[in-house]
Amino acid sequence: MKKRKIGMALSLVLAAGTLLGACGKSDDNAGDDNAKGGEKEKAFTVAMVTDVGGVDDKSFNQSAWEGLQAFGKENGLEKGKDGYDYLQSKSDADYSTNLNTLARQDFDLVFGIGFLMQGAVEEIAKQQKDHHFAIVDSEVDQPNVASILFKEQEASFLAGVAAAMTTKSNKIGFIGGVESAVIERFEAGFVAGVKAANPDATVDIQYAGAFDKAELGQSIASKMYSSGDDVVFHAAGATGNGLFKEATDRKAKDPNAEIWAIGVDSDQANMGPDVVLTSALKRVDNAVVDLSTKAKDGNFPGGKTITYGLSEDGVGLAPINEKAAAKADIEKAVNEWIEKIKSGDVKVPGTRDELKSFSAQ
Amino acid sequence: MDYVIEMLNIRKEFNGFVANDNITLQLKKGEIHALLGENGAGKSTLMNVLFGLYQPEQGEIRVKGKPVKITDPNVANDLGIGMVHQHFMLVDVFTVTENIILGREITSKGSIDIKKAEQEVRKISERYGLAVDPQAKISDISVGMQQRVEILKTLYRGAEILIFDEPTAVLTPQEIKELIQIMKTLINEGKSIVLITHKLKEIMEVADRCTVIRKGKGIGTVNVSETNPDELARMMVGHDVVFKVDKKPANPQQSVLDVKDFVVKDSRGVTVVNGLDLTVRAGEIVGIAGVDGNGQSEFLEAITGLRKAESGSVKLNGKDIFNLTPRKVKESGVGHIPQDRHKHGLVLNFPIGENMVLQNYYKEPFSKRGILNFKAIYQQARKLIDEFDVRTPSEYVLARALSGGNQQKAIIGREVNDNPDLLIAAQPTRGLDVGAIEFIHKRLIEQRDNGKAVLLVSFELDEIMNVSDRIAVIYEGKIVAVVDPKETDEQELGLLMAGSSRKKAGESTNV
Amino acid sequence: MSKRLIGILTPIIAVLLGIIVGTIIMLASGYDPITAYTALWNGAFGEVYYTGEVIRQVTPYILAGLAVAFAFRVGLFNIGVEGQFLVGWLAAVWVGVSFDLPRIIHLPLAILAAAIAGALWAFIPGLLKARLRVHEVIVTIMLNYTALHVCNYIIKNVLTDNKDKTDLVKDSATLRSEWLQSITDYSRFHWGIIVAIICCFIMWFLLERTTKGFELRAVGFNQHAAQYAGMNVNRNIILSMVISGAFAGLAGAMEGLGTFGYVTVKGGFTGVGFDGIAIALLGGNTALGVFFAAILFGALKIGALNMPLEAGVPNELVDIIIALIVFFVASSYIIRKLLDRFGKKEVK
Repeated sequence: MKKRKIGMALSLVLAAGTLLGACGKSDDNAGDDNAKGGEKEKAFTVAMVTDVGGVDDKSFNQSAWEGLQAFGKENGLEKGKDGYDYLQSKSDADYSTNLNTLARQDFDLVFGIGFLMQGAVEEIAKQQKDHHFAIVDSEVDQPNVASILFKEQEASFLAGVAAAMTTKSNKIGFIGGVESAVIERFEAGFVAGVKAANPDATVDIQYAGAFDKAELGQSIASKMYSSGDDVVFHAAGATGNGLFKEATDRKAKDPNAEIWAIGVDSDQANMGPDVVLTSALKRVDNAVVDLSTKAKDGNFPGGKTITYGLSEDGVGLAPINEKAAAKADIEKAVNEWIEKIKSGDVKVPGTRDELKSFSAQ
Repeated sequence: MDYVIEMLNIRKEFNGFVANDNITLQLKKGEIHALLGENGAGKSTLMNVLFGLYQPEQGEIRVKGKPVKITDPNVANDLGIGMVHQHFMLVDVFTVTENIILGREITSKGSIDIKKAEQEVRKISERYGLAVDPQAKISDISVGMQQRVEILKTLYRGAEILIFDEPTAVLTPQEIKELIQIMKTLINEGKSIVLITHKLKEIMEVADRCTVIRKGKGIGTVNVSETNPDELARMMVGHDVVFKVDKKPANPQQSVLDVKDFVVKDSRGVTVVNGLDLTVRAGEIVGIAGVDGNGQSEFLEAITGLRKAESGSVKLNGKDIFNLTPRKVKESGVGHIPQDRHKHGLVLNFPIGENMVLQNYYKEPFSKRGILNFKAIYQQARKLIDEFDVRTPSEYVLARALSGGNQQKAIIGREVNDNPDLLIAAQPTRGLDVGAIEFIHKRLIEQRDNGKAVLLVSFELDEIMNVSDRIAVIYEGKIVAVVDPKETDEQELGLLMAGSSRKKAGESTNV
Repeated sequence: MSKRLIGILTPIIAVLLGIIVGTIIMLASGYDPITAYTALWNGAFGEVYYTGEVIRQVTPYILAGLAVAFAFRVGLFNIGVEGQFLVGWLAAVWVGVSFDLPRIIHLPLAILAAAIAGALWAFIPGLLKARLRVHEVIVTIMLNYTALHVCNYIIKNVLTDNKDKTDLVKDSATLRSEWLQSITDYSRFHWGIIVAIICCFIMWFLLERTTKGFELRAVGFNQHAAQYAGMNVNRNIILSMVISGAFAGLAGAMEGLGTFGYVTVKGGFTGVGFDGIAIALLGGNTALGVFFAAILFGALKIGALNMPLEAGVPNELVDIIIALIVFFVASSYIIRKLLDRFGKKEVK
């Protein structure tokens, strides 16, 4: 984390230096004479706009940015206007401005990270028909927009299996961020996974109503642990950081406490090495790299929706914590389920309605 | 010569405003030295310089001949200078002793040795004849006693020079007498006193010498035995002053205000006006005399609609105005010069011109269909400013910027201009200089002579005696006596105000 | 120096101070302040697109600033502008999507609905303050959260079927204009700015020229004197909150009918209402002052978005620099107030 920041700062200094020379250039960009990219052979450039969570949300914004960095490295790009970059949004109103700014700076592909940006991406895509956009976690039906969806339910299903095989109290908690289709997929898959592995276990479901309220996440987690839940999974962005804090605090007070937390999006093991059982991975980074590569090769899937699931390496489960007693059993079970899902034998429910009719064999 | 304090050529400025300009004050050992000046003349500034609250731009302070720099009140204390403030600085729930030792606690092994402190306080109290009970709680003792606690506080801290800031403002006539006695005892015990006041009578009675300042400038120092009130007043104001208010005999007509069995509670729910009866007739001024806190404020607030009364009846020209809203009361024909002009009388951040229509803004010609007519408003303001001699650079100046006297004149102009049947004047001259007081008294009498009823409330007995045609004495929320000013004296009023029943029998308290 | 001149100079000096300290910080952390400030300027006024966006941002800012300022002039601290803004936004979109009416009726109706919604939301703290002396700061803070969650609930369960976003408002209710967008290169510049300017005028006229305004100002400066003068203090307190809330609701309509054209479920506050407090303070609580302060804030906000990309200044540093400018602006106001008061006390 720290290292990355320093590296970033260094590259920023470099970028600032190059920009000094480029200062006067911005005026010529006003017209839309370029974009076609015929005469000048310029490097492929790509950028993203974060939602209000910010680029270091330890969740999908961060994951997406890591994907862009990886893509940049792979292709020898530098951070900045001529390579890859990101803009951070401070409020909903900033999405449009930021997307527009990046399109105006002639990035070849601009990602909008998060379903919150759906409206803005749709609008800007209509206006900037010559530019390519991609949206993560939502669908925009425009010929110059590629939509990226994930089968979050498959990752959270595996997390549910891990939770169900770990719990002693047969009580498991789920903390959602804001109710939405994406989080519903997490919820439905998780509950299905728990039921599949341990029909006796119950899942206590609560929504924080926010993705950026760690203190709220902590108080929900505290209530859950106090009421006997011993494994708690969150799909709540930065709100979930409160879960790890609560679990770590409890563990510090009573090292014998049998409590676990499960992370989301990226491997959150470092949030609490003693308490993080595993994480439901949503490889936004992989998807970003994949789509960028496609676009670079001239195969930009405009107007299409690409769904990344277990089979596409778009979701998965992070390694199980070494301290988990049933680690080997869990890993075995998880691998079995992965096979079943990949082969299509099991279709993991993605909504509460589908969950009702879901029955694990 | 043997001066304990010398303030030589003191000059103090605030943002270009010269509050003290080359003032010299020399205090001899063992004298009572009066510092006389109108409000705003710079008395308090000068004393705050001496007490270390302000630093002078020019001039020198010497204590017992030695030049000193008084950078803060602690330095002043160490030099033996003590100040008895006009507004007491006492903690209500503490005892006398606790208040006195506050900040100078005697401790033994970390805890306060209250016994020892009490003995010490008692000793000082007896020595100077203060008769203070060291164990009494401040909230249980009278205002006069509280003032003595303030005096004790300075003595306890070893003060040799005591500054009294307007000490008689809050006292009854009896208490004033006792205070004067105490001051004389202090002098006999070797202390020196600076007495800040604008009351000439007190100076004549108690002071040895008097330094007069006017508009920030030192006018001179005189021996009291070689002067008279007229000369002091001339020095203070700059011109001759008439003390006795000129007035024709009253010609009372029908009753205008009739208050019967009036009961009002204060904000804490305590009944402070308790069965008050009062009548004010057209063509007379009725003065309400009483010590502060006997229900005067609540009484006036309740009849003018600012406070809800509990019970009783209030009639104006026979019409019931009990518990009407302030606007209804006003429209029934009541003008009200409020006791606190900054709290109630003016919106200080409004131009003085807009304050002139504070109650009438909604009437034509000042507004039409909800839109203000500034032309008419400022026209009215100019008229009143001329008529009532309000000294202001213009009618657009914020009320805040005017002196107290001119603010009061503006309020009186506003209230009198509506020609109310009843004019209520609550402490109309508080804090004003002699010239303004004279002007206001004249206006009140003029209203009376025009056949209007005037109700005057004041804590200044002189004012009540001079201006009123009848005096109603209020005590604990009741009118306990009504007397003719020509047939009474301060002595009798003072006793009545303190709750003694009338010594002259046979007169009814009915009004 | 005249009072007026000081009044104008103070915010300008404050902005300069903020820029200078920002420069020092940037130099200390190795960034080129000239490039950074150029990027800030370009991001706000470098292209017509950005200028359009600045105006778009300024529109709700003006109204939110007016809302805070109006209550402040009557001596009330309306922290609840954010909540009133949200309910106004919701109400405008609700009317905007639910009816099919001619534009001449539909648009004013949607705007009016927002004003009424905001006014009602502010009526509650006004009433509690007037009748029960409950402090408006506490009530309005609580109502901000209530507004947030009530709006989210209505969006999910009433306006949509468990979706995060409503439909776009009908064309007959939109403030958007293709012409305005075309002259600003597809910015979201919309007609709302006219509403905001009209409201500036209304606020000025109401406070400075009417008997109601006379009462409101009198209550604001001195409730006792207002009561003594026969004004109904309680009614004026309620009225001021209602008008303040109406301005805030209108700010919401600007977002609902102009900037976005829809309303989404929100995870947290937008910050517009809170920025309104700073704008009102900077603008000295006058209509004209709020107008200019909103332009400054809008330009800073939009311009700052460009700094990381064009000048390579990290977001955190941009936040610090913007906060510094706001800090100096706000504190200079406080310092001036203190000096004013101190000066007066001394003369006494």
